[in-house]
Amino acid sequence: MGGRRVPAWMWIASAIAFLFLYLPLVVVVLFSFNDSRLNATWVGFTTSWYGKLFGDERMLAAAWNSLLIAVVASLASTVLGTMAGFALSRGRPRILGFLVFAPIAMPEILMGVALLMFYVLLNMTLGLVSITLSHIAFCVSYVAIVVRARLAGMDESLVEAARDCGASPPLAFRHVTLPLILPGIVAGALMAFTLSIDDFVITFFTAGATASTLPLQIYSMVKVAATPEVNAVSTLMLALTLLLITAAARVAPGILRINQ
Amino acid sequence: MGAPNRGSRGEWLVALPPLAYLVLLFALPSALMVLASFRVAGEFGGLAPLLGADGHPNLTFEGYARLFASPIYLELFLRSLLYAAATTALCLVAGYPLAMLIARSSARWRDLLLLLVILPFWTNFLIRVYAWMIILGPSGWMSRLVNFFAAPLGLGPVTLMFSPFAVILVLVYVHLPFMVLPLYANLEKHDPALIDAAQDLGAGAWARFRHVTWPLSLPGVFAGSALVFIPAFGIFAVPDLVGGTSGNMVGNLIRQQFLEARDWPFGSVLSIVLTVVALALTGLAAVAARPRRAGLDPAARAVAGQGA
Repeated sequence: MGGRRVPAWMWIASAIAFLFLYLPLVVVVLFSFNDSRLNATWVGFTTSWYGKLFGDERMLAAAWNSLLIAVVASLASTVLGTMAGFALSRGRPRILGFLVFAPIAMPEILMGVALLMFYVLLNMTLGLVSITLSHIAFCVSYVAIVVRARLAGMDESLVEAARDCGASPPLAFRHVTLPLILPGIVAGALMAFTLSIDDFVITFFTAGATASTLPLQIYSMVKVAATPEVNAVSTLMLALTLLLITAAARVAPGILRINQ
Repeated sequence: MGAPNRGSRGEWLVALPPLAYLVLLFALPSALMVLASFRVAGEFGGLAPLLGADGHPNLTFEGYARLFASPIYLELFLRSLLYAAATTALCLVAGYPLAMLIARSSARWRDLLLLLVILPFWTNFLIRVYAWMIILGPSGWMSRLVNFFAAPLGLGPVTLMFSPFAVILVLVYVHLPFMVLPLYANLEKHDPALIDAAQDLGAGAWARFRHVTWPLSLPGVFAGSALVFIPAFGIFAVPDLVGGTSGNMVGNLIRQQFLEARDWPFGSVLSIVLTVVALALTGLAAVAARPRRAGLDPAARAVAGQGA
């Protein structure tokens, strides 16, 4: 349907929608440089909120936890999810398909409270370990779906050709299948990393009283009394997201495309 | 498909680790939750022992009875449904023109516009909620703008924060990309010849939309609506932060049951009913939105038939 004449009303409606999407983010970034405790009127330019942020030990600890959890969770879920993607592409076992899609189809809060009960019944101490285990559980599905989509688009005759040329199955996998589906695996890993570092709901229920992540820390600050320090950390996270996306687009062009 | 082993033992070796993980950390906790919904709350929170003192299992329908007997809980469910439905409808209205514009753009613009839709979705959820807390807050610019116009009309100071309005607005904001992407994926596949044919047959812009584009886009509309409705229905952070007491939703009650009241059985009942209602409504919508060729106008059917 590309390249067709677009009526004016569609441009206007879309412009309003984009304004709606971006204006709030601009406000957040702008007020992170505002020399006032209140996010109300522009007083003057300052970078003091960033200085304050880097002196905030609880915030730094939370950021470190988030990073640690996201790295471990995305690595583990990429391995498990890739295996699940292979299994799904063969359609066996059937139950795996259900277990992969069900967590995505259900309200997130259900998984959060179910895991909370599960850990408490097991007498597990809630903390970084319980958060990481939970993150792996919901990330596996997303990785599996991305890898399966990649496998579905792969030309199987290439693997057969390698086998005909005398490659053993592991060799064919290592030199043909893996390079072909690698963009899918990388995309899945990036997705898992983003989902983990952004997760609030499941982390909220499985974190216990002591462990904190960046989203949990932001939540407690926003809930009680938000200062522009929240704006500063938000701006940095926005910048990090932009950086990651740019890097991803460089490493694997086409990774951002929704439809293959 | 090129796995190290082609035999069925190799297949199982590949499937087993993710299967075991998901059984242990998704299926088992979910099953425990279903069981917990029929159990009795412990004296100090959590669950009472499964076996009572007399050796009989402590199982009851009390939690479900409590939910369906109380107008307060039913009203909370209805209100959450209403908010989620309003959110879905508003996302559809705001997202459809955007999806259409992207689908009709040239390839170069299309990637950029898509990226612009996804970008806010990749920014942290709480940051996006917080942005609206700034804007809607009593000294935020939107409140001041509204009150600037409301005051001369004799309306008292209008508060935007902590209201159903704030909840729905923020819900629309955080879920809009979920609506645009599936809509776009559908609209992009439409054959432009169908629109041209309708135009040649004398259909105006509205008729072309009403009888060609809209019916063909129903699968996309359904997919987007499900992706918006399910998370919006079960959300708790948005009403928690911008809803105040008047904007509470079921998610807030679930959180409260688990973390404050420590009534696990009732919390489980609420979670299960929430999930069942969300999935049932989505299923119904799927049936309703199935493309029905027979239901189309004869003219549109002829046109659609040509393109198929």
